[in-house]
Amino acid sequence: MTRDTIAVFRRRPPEPTPAAGSVTTERVVAAPAVSVQSLSKTYESGFQALRRVSLEIRRGEIFALLGPNGAGKTTLIGIICGLVMPSEGSVAVNGYDILRDWRITRSLIGLVPQELATDTFETVSATVSFSRGLFGKPPNEAHIEQVLRDLSLWDKRNDKIQTLSGGMKRRLLIAKALAHEPDVLFLDEPTAGVDVELRRDMWALIRALRDRGVTIILTTHYIEEAEDMADRVGVIQRGQIVLVEETAELMRQLGRKALKLHLKTPLDEIPTALAHHQLELSADGMELTYTFTPEASDRSGVAHLLQDLSAAGIAFRDLHTEQSSLEDIFVDLVREQS
Amino acid sequence: MNFYGVRAIYGFEMARTWRTLFQSVVAPVVTTSLYFVVFGAAIGSQIDEIDGVSYGAFIVPGLIMLMVLTQSTTNAAFGIYFPKFTGTIYEVLSAPVSFYEVVMGYVGAAATKAVMLGLIILATASLFVPLQIAHPLWMLAFLILTATTFSLIGFIIGIWADNFEKLQFVPLLVITPLAFLGGTFYSIDMLPPVWQTVTLFNPVLYLVSGFRWSFYGIGDVSVAVSVLMILLFLALALAVVAWIFRTGYRLRS
Repeated sequence: MTRDTIAVFRRRPPEPTPAAGSVTTERVVAAPAVSVQSLSKTYESGFQALRRVSLEIRRGEIFALLGPNGAGKTTLIGIICGLVMPSEGSVAVNGYDILRDWRITRSLIGLVPQELATDTFETVSATVSFSRGLFGKPPNEAHIEQVLRDLSLWDKRNDKIQTLSGGMKRRLLIAKALAHEPDVLFLDEPTAGVDVELRRDMWALIRALRDRGVTIILTTHYIEEAEDMADRVGVIQRGQIVLVEETAELMRQLGRKALKLHLKTPLDEIPTALAHHQLELSADGMELTYTFTPEASDRSGVAHLLQDLSAAGIAFRDLHTEQSSLEDIFVDLVREQS
Repeated sequence: MNFYGVRAIYGFEMARTWRTLFQSVVAPVVTTSLYFVVFGAAIGSQIDEIDGVSYGAFIVPGLIMLMVLTQSTTNAAFGIYFPKFTGTIYEVLSAPVSFYEVVMGYVGAAATKAVMLGLIILATASLFVPLQIAHPLWMLAFLILTATTFSLIGFIIGIWADNFEKLQFVPLLVITPLAFLGGTFYSIDMLPPVWQTVTLFNPVLYLVSGFRWSFYGIGDVSVAVSVLMILLFLALALAVVAWIFRTGYRLRS
C-alpha cells in the first residue's frame, strides 16, 4: 500500500460488507444511512423512553420524525448521536456500529439540537471553526465561509454570539453542525422560533443539502413542513414507531378529501337516489359534503355523484374540495393509539 | 487520536484565558503582590529568618502554590462546568473525541494557564524580595505536576457540580484553607508538636514543601516524600477520571 492509499484509507474507511438480506434484485445497495434495531432506552428514573424501536433511514432522503412531546424523538436522536447510552438494541450509521465504531459514526453525523445552546462571548466564525476541529477535520476557511454564506451569517462572522437574535442562533447551530461536512444531518425542531422568511430559506438550504447527498432527519411540530419537505415520515408515540411511510403514499392512503357543494335551494334531507354516496347535509340544508379517499375516486368518483345530482335535479352555486393535512392524519393516528 | 479535536478544545479554553485576561492573570498577580507587601515587607521584617532564608523570600514558593492550586482547580472546574450549564456540552459529547482527549484539552489548558500564572507571580515576587532557585528543573517539574493534578481535580469538580455553589465549594472551602494551613506562610517546625502531626495529614504540605525545597534546598518533609505524594495525588485524580469515563457519570444518561 502506498502512502497515498493509506491516507485515503484513513480519510474514508471502506464500505462495510452489507449483511445478507440487503441485496436487491438489481445490485448490492449500500448500507442505510441509519439503521436502528430493537432499540430500547430506560432512564435511571425508570422511565422507558424507547421500546424496541426499529427504523431504517435511506441514504440521501429527508426523513421527518413526528410525535407528541415526550414520545421519544429526542432520546432516539440522542442515542444515535452519542449523547444518550442505549439500554438495548443497536444502531448503525452508514453500516458502522455507533458503539464499536463511534469515532467513524460521530464524524459522519451533524447534530442541530432543539435547545438554543450556544457559547456567549465567542465570535460566529470562531465557534464554527471550533466545531470543525472538534469533529477531527483540519481547518478549511473556504468551507467555513461557504457554510456561513449559505446560512446568511457571513456578515456576522466577527460578531459575538450573544449579540445574535434567536433565529440567527438557530442558523448558527446549523452552521456548526455543517462545519465538518457530515453525511447525516439531524435537525431537532430546526424551525422553532424562526420567522417565515428565514424558515423558507432554511428549507431551501436543507433541500440543497439533500441534493448534495446529505441524509436529513428532522423532527418538527410544523406538520405542513414535513408534508412539504419530507420524502418519508415516521410517527413515534410513547417510545414506539407506529408508522413509517412515504409522505405521498401516506397522504394517498390516509388523506381524505371532501367535496363541498353549495346548493341553490335548501334540501330537507338527502334524496334516496343519492343515498349510496357518502353524503352529509348541513343543518341549514344548503351544503352537501361528499367525503372520499383519492384512491376510491377512480371508481365511485365525483363524476358519478355529479351525474346523479343532475339527474335528481339538484343545482349548486359553487363547489370546492378540501384535503386532510398530515396534521389531521397525525392527530387521528395518535388518538387511535391512545 | 483526534488531534484537531484536542487542539480545538485547548484553543477554545486558552482563548477564554486571553479574553478574561484581567480576571485570570491580573487579579491573582495583584492579590499576590498584596501578600508580599503585607506579609513580606510589613510583617516579615519583624520575623526572624527561617533556616537562613528571609521571611519574605520564604513565603514565595508557598504563595505561588496557593495561587496555582486555587487557580488551576477553579479554572478547570469552570471550564467543563460552563458548557454543562449552557448546554453546549452536547457538541463535545456528540463529537468523535474520546473522554481522555476531552480531558487533555480542558485540563491541558487549565494547567498551562496555572503554570503561566505561577511564573508570572514568580517574576512579580523577584521585584519584592531577593530570590534564589537552587533546582530550577525540579521547580518547573513541581509546578507542572501540581498544576496538572489540581486541574484534573478541578475537572472532576466541574463534572460533579450541578450548581454554582458546589462549583465554588471545594476551591473556596477545601483548597484555600488547606493551602493556608499547609505551610504557605510558616514552617511546621514553628507549630506545637500535636499540630505538626495534624499538618502531616494535609496533602498541600507536601506540595509546598517540595516546591520550597526546589528554591532553597529546605523542606518540612524530604523531597522524595513530596514527589511520591504528588504522584499519588495525580494517580488518584486519574483513577477518578477513568471511573467517570467508564460510567459516563453526569455526562451521558
